[in-house]
Amino acid sequence: MRSKVVLRRLFRNKQARYGTVALILLILLAYIGPYIGPYDWTDKDFLAFMSAPDGDHWWGTGAIGQDMYAVTLRGMQKSIIIGLLVALIATGLAAVVGAFAGYFGGWVDKVLMWGVDLLLVLPSFLIIAIISPRLKGGTWLWFVVLLAAFTWMITSRVVRSMTLSLREREYVLAAVYMGIPRWKIIFRHVVPNLSSLLIIDATLNVSGAIIGEAALSFFGFGIQPPDVSLGTLIAEGSRNATGYPWLFAFPAGLLVLLVLSINLIGDGLRDALDPGSNS
Amino acid sequence: MGKYLLRRLAINAILVVIAASLAYVLAASTMNPRAAYQARQPPIAESVIDATLDAYNLNDKTPVIVRYGTWAKSVITGDFGKTWNGGSVNDEMGRRIFVSLRLLLIGTLAGFVIGVAFGAFSAVRQYKLSDRLIGVSSFVIMALPVFLLATLLAMATYNLNDALGFTLIEYTGEYNPKLAGWDQFVNRLNHLILPTISLSLGSIAFYSRIQRNMMLDVLGQDFVRTAMAKGLRRRTALTKHALRTALIPSATYFAFAFGTMFTGAIFTEKIFAWHGMGAWLVDAINANDVNSVAAVTFFTAVCVLFAAFLSDLLVAALDPRVRVS
Repeated sequence: MRSKVVLRRLFRNKQARYGTVALILLILLAYIGPYIGPYDWTDKDFLAFMSAPDGDHWWGTGAIGQDMYAVTLRGMQKSIIIGLLVALIATGLAAVVGAFAGYFGGWVDKVLMWGVDLLLVLPSFLIIAIISPRLKGGTWLWFVVLLAAFTWMITSRVVRSMTLSLREREYVLAAVYMGIPRWKIIFRHVVPNLSSLLIIDATLNVSGAIIGEAALSFFGFGIQPPDVSLGTLIAEGSRNATGYPWLFAFPAGLLVLLVLSINLIGDGLRDALDPGSNS
Repeated sequence: MGKYLLRRLAINAILVVIAASLAYVLAASTMNPRAAYQARQPPIAESVIDATLDAYNLNDKTPVIVRYGTWAKSVITGDFGKTWNGGSVNDEMGRRIFVSLRLLLIGTLAGFVIGVAFGAFSAVRQYKLSDRLIGVSSFVIMALPVFLLATLLAMATYNLNDALGFTLIEYTGEYNPKLAGWDQFVNRLNHLILPTISLSLGSIAFYSRIQRNMMLDVLGQDFVRTAMAKGLRRRTALTKHALRTALIPSATYFAFAFGTMFTGAIFTEKIFAWHGMGAWLVDAINANDVNSVAAVTFFTAVCVLFAAFLSDLLVAALDPRVRVS
C-alpha cells in the first residue's frame, strides 16, 4: 500500500516525471540502440578516420575509425552498469555496517566507526588511482568494488544514528524478548525501517558513481582499454574537442543527461518518501 | 571541553599516522620508480640505478618494511624524503601549497558567498521566476562533473580567443613569466578567471540548494514573524534574524570545504595546468613517485581532520543548542 502511495506522489512531481521518462529513454538507447546502428562497437572503418557525423556514421568516427554511435552506446551501457552496481554495494554496505554499529553499540560500534573514520581520511582518489590500473589481469568488477568501498561511509553514519533510536522502539524490543537472534532483528526490523533513506541514498549513489567512474577514467585510472566507458570516451574526445567536437559532445552530453535524470528522480523520491525532510 | 579536545586530537593524530603509513606501503609495494631509470638511453648500469634508488630510499630490492622504517624515521624529523629524481619533497610541497592557495582561495570563498546569496534570495522569492531559474540551473550545474565543466570552459575560451584574434582570457597556466610588476599581476588575475569559474560554479549550485531549503524552514518560524511584527524593516528581519540562523548548515559545509580545499581541485588544476597539490597527486602517481604520494596523503589526511574539527567548532559557535549540551 505504502509503495503505491509513494509511487503516486513521485509521479505527481513534475521533475521526477521528466527524470523517469528521460532515464527510460536513455536506457532504451543504450541497450536497444546498438542493434539499430549499422556498425558494431568493435568495427573499425579504415576509410573514415575522424570523419564528421553523416548518414553512414551517425555520430562520426574516432581516431582509428571506430563508429562513435556504437562506441558511445557501449560506453553508456558500461557506465550505467557501474553506477547501479556501485550504488547497490555501497548502500548495502552502509546499511549493514551502520545498523550493526548502532544496534550492538559498545566495542562493535567503536571498531566499525573507527573504520569509517579511517576510510574517510584515506584519499579515495589516490588509492583507486594506484590500484585500479594495476588490475589489468582482473575485470572491471574490481573497479566497481573499489569505487563502492569509498562511497558508503557517510550514509553508514546516518544509518547508525537512526538505528540508535530504532533500537528502543517497541517492536524491536518485542522481538528481542521473543528470543530472535540479534542479527535477524537487524535484517528484519531495523533495515526495512530505514528503507526510505536507503532508497534515496542508492539513487543518488548511482549518479555519484557514474560521475566518479568518468572522473577517474578521465585520467586513465578507471576503465582500461580496449573496454570503453563514458569517462574514457570523454577523456579521448576532450583532447581534440575543438577540432572534432563530435568526439566530445555525444559522450559528454549523454553523461550529463544521465546524471541529471537520475538526480531528478532521486530528488523526487526524497519528496515522496520523506515529506518532512528538506535537505 | 579541554579534555574532549585533547582526546579528539590524539585520535586524529593516530588516524593521520595510519592513513599516511597505509598510503606509503601501498605506493611503495605497487609503484616502480626503477622503470624511469631503466628506460633511459644510453642505458644506465644496474649498480648505478641501485645506488641512486638507495640514496632516495626508493629501491624495490629493499624490503618494503625496511623502506617504510627509513621513511617513517625521516618523516618524524619533518623530512618527507626525495622525489623519484632526487628533488626534495618538502620544497615541492612548500611551493605547491601556495600555488593551490592562490588558485583556490578566491574560488572557495566566492562559491560560498554567491551560493548563499542565491539560495537566500530564491527562498525569499519562492516560486517566482527567479527562484525557478536558480533552481533549474543549479540542478543542471550539479549534473555537470567538474572535469567536463572545465573542459567546456577551456574550449569556449579557445574559440573566443580564436575568433577575436588575440588572447582575451588565458586558459592555461598560472602566469606569464615574461611580464613583470603590474602587468604580471593583471596577467595572474586573468589566468585566475577560468579556474575560479569552474571551481565556484559547482559550489554555488550546491550552497544555493542547501541555503534555500534552510531559509524556507526558518522563514516560516515565529521569531522571524516577531522580528517583523515589532517593526523591523523587512530587509533587517531577513538578514539579521532569518539568514543568520539559516546559515548554520551551509557554514558547516563551508568549514569542511575550506579545510579540504587544498586537494579538492585535482581536475581544475590538471585541466588549467596549475601545478598545485591536486595536480601533484596525479603527476606523482604517473611518475611512480612514492614519497610524493605519501606526502600528499599525509597532507590530505591532516586537512580532512582539521576541516572536520573546524566545522564542529563552527557549529558550536553558531548554534547555542550545541554549546549548551
